[in-house]
Amino acid sequence: MSVISILFLPLVATALVCIPVKKHWAAAVTVVSSLAVLILAGRLAWLASSGSFITVALKAGVLKWIAVDGLSALILLLIAFIGTTAAIFSVGYMAHENLEPGKLRLYYANYNLFVFSMLAIPLLAEPTLVWIVVELTTLCSALLVSFDNTREALEAAWKYVVLSLMGAGMALFGLLVLFAAMQASASDAAYTWNGLIAAAPTMPPVLLRTAFLLILIGLGTKVGLVPMHTWLPDAHSQAPSPVCALLSGIETTAILYVILRMFPVMKASHSSHAELWALVLGLISVGTAAFLLLQVRDYKRMFAFSTVEHMGIILTSVGLGVSAAAYGTMMQIVTHAVSKSFCFFAAGAVLMAAGTRDIAAVRGLIHRSPAAGIALVFGGLAITGAPPLAVFLSEFLILKAGLMQREYVATGLLALFIVIAFFGIMMHVNRMVFGPAANENNSVPDQVETFHLPFSCRLALILAATPVLVLGVYIPKPLEDLLTQAAAALTK
Amino acid sequence: MSDTTNQLLDNLNALAAGLFLLTAFGIVAMRQVRGCLNLFIAQSLLLAASAALLGLRHHSEHLYGVAVVNLISKPVIVPWLLRKTSPAEIYTRREIDQVLNIPTALLIALSLTILAYFLGIPLLNAVAPQFRGPNVPIGIAGLLLGAFTLTVRREALPLLIGLLVMENGSFLAGISISRNLPLLVELAIATDGLVIVFIMGVLTRAVQKQIGTTAVGELSNLKETAGPPARETAT
Repeated sequence: MSVISILFLPLVATALVCIPVKKHWAAAVTVVSSLAVLILAGRLAWLASSGSFITVALKAGVLKWIAVDGLSALILLLIAFIGTTAAIFSVGYMAHENLEPGKLRLYYANYNLFVFSMLAIPLLAEPTLVWIVVELTTLCSALLVSFDNTREALEAAWKYVVLSLMGAGMALFGLLVLFAAMQASASDAAYTWNGLIAAAPTMPPVLLRTAFLLILIGLGTKVGLVPMHTWLPDAHSQAPSPVCALLSGIETTAILYVILRMFPVMKASHSSHAELWALVLGLISVGTAAFLLLQVRDYKRMFAFSTVEHMGIILTSVGLGVSAAAYGTMMQIVTHAVSKSFCFFAAGAVLMAAGTRDIAAVRGLIHRSPAAGIALVFGGLAITGAPPLAVFLSEFLILKAGLMQREYVATGLLALFIVIAFFGIMMHVNRMVFGPAANENNSVPDQVETFHLPFSCRLALILAATPVLVLGVYIPKPLEDLLTQAAAALTK
Repeated sequence: MSDTTNQLLDNLNALAAGLFLLTAFGIVAMRQVRGCLNLFIAQSLLLAASAALLGLRHHSEHLYGVAVVNLISKPVIVPWLLRKTSPAEIYTRREIDQVLNIPTALLIALSLTILAYFLGIPLLNAVAPQFRGPNVPIGIAGLLLGAFTLTVRREALPLLIGLLVMENGSFLAGISISRNLPLLVELAIATDGLVIVFIMGVLTRAVQKQIGTTAVGELSNLKETAGPPARETAT
């Protein structure tokens, strides 16, 4: 039953935060419910790490379409973890914004709905239902992106909704074609991820290929793959920072997970098209993002482009050989999620301290707010893969797998783009944190000399930094089992 | 059912699909925003008709379900939701400056339709003969024309309709090749369409309040190079 309660908790929380009582009620409810979801997700992940396949065996209606294996448990755990840290970060961040109570309740209601829609993605096993919750993630987060209600925020939200839904329209057609392929095959398995793998060998190849491409491009729009990425830096920079952490850290990954589910199906039908497409799209994304990173003017946009880059890395690593790099791919999914959410918390801290998103206007941050400065440097190092942090390990695993597969050109390009992105991000971060202190034409209003981060923001930063530090040097046994199980689901 | 009845049903379905394509062209070209909405309603009715005819042809209750869901959600609830959420100004607008002029837009739409035909043929060859009809190429054409509408329009409502046309197109193609999609899924997809309308209506209202127009095409501040980004305070 814990599977169902994972979905119920955020909905209950949504209803509860709408009750207008004390000032901190909404925030407290959200934090408590996310913690409960995290515990339940942890328990599910524990079960899945021992290789058990959890289905909810109630034969009525939608419930038979809920299934959890290693891969979905991993994604679920990440969503729950970032949902919790972002909720904690929200407490201090939103209090700092001095909103009226109604607006604050709206924020937390939307937040919980958004987390609900994301949690449903890995739990559901029926592709069209997954498509519906993917749509819901867009719709629930649209009003969070436009939350500041500025001209820019509205533009970002509008672009986000139109482009994501356009992609979703294509993906829907892909799923219907997939369903047709399923009916044309010799198998009478149910229309679930596992049923698809069983039916794949006898599906008409043309239908399967068409469906795969439509899904890759349609959902790839929402993942932010180049050239469908144009909305991503806008939406992922205009939203409030805790929401950016959710959007960039885990929403993109959760959608990418849906695409990854198609790879075992393609493999079962003995088609190598899927890996080639993944390799090409992935490398284009990494390369474009690496160069765009050099010329950003807004540090939240910088981290958003880094998300495009990392989505590209994950897809490239799938393209290098689904089975060869599977463990590295899973590792990269984990490390990106934890590092990127940390980066956006750091960016939120900087925004609170400096009051601007302009890279050029932030100088000498280390003097104004040592905590925000240290967090930004740490975030920059973490996301660009400096040793011994977590991303370094996962990128190393992927590059190693690429060399073992003798894909020298693709691996070389990937390594080159990663290095360019490293210099791009660290150049900006270095100037912001250690650059000569603010001069007179700085538009930042007069503030006290040092800015103190709220306690909850510090707590969220520490919580988010822990896995980034630990996973670089030591992977606990249960997590390693879970990663192995997830990799097994990808190579099935 | 006799062969002549089947023949008749197939022909009627082809007629509905043909008119569906015509409405998609109309939505690309129509300048009056209210006209776009009316064309979309007509298109949804045609989709429902096609689903009902195919349901009759293949004895499938699921397709009747699709027909009923479409009949209720799009022609009735969508306009109602729009009235509730978005500013009234949205209907009265005329788009004078489209990105492309109408003849060019229609020519491109025509070539997209031909492309859709060639994309649809291989798919049709892979399914059982009795499901081969004009639905698949026309559905793909609807998908492409909807996407095309999204790229050339600047007003909020035609953009929203472009999205819904894409969904209609997916459905028109989908119902002919993948029958027996569980009804629950159909219902969920229809509900989802309504949520889209609701959210976009709310966004449109916010845009109108903020910049005084519903021409969302004028929102183009967020770029990498043009000027320093707006300085907003978090306080």
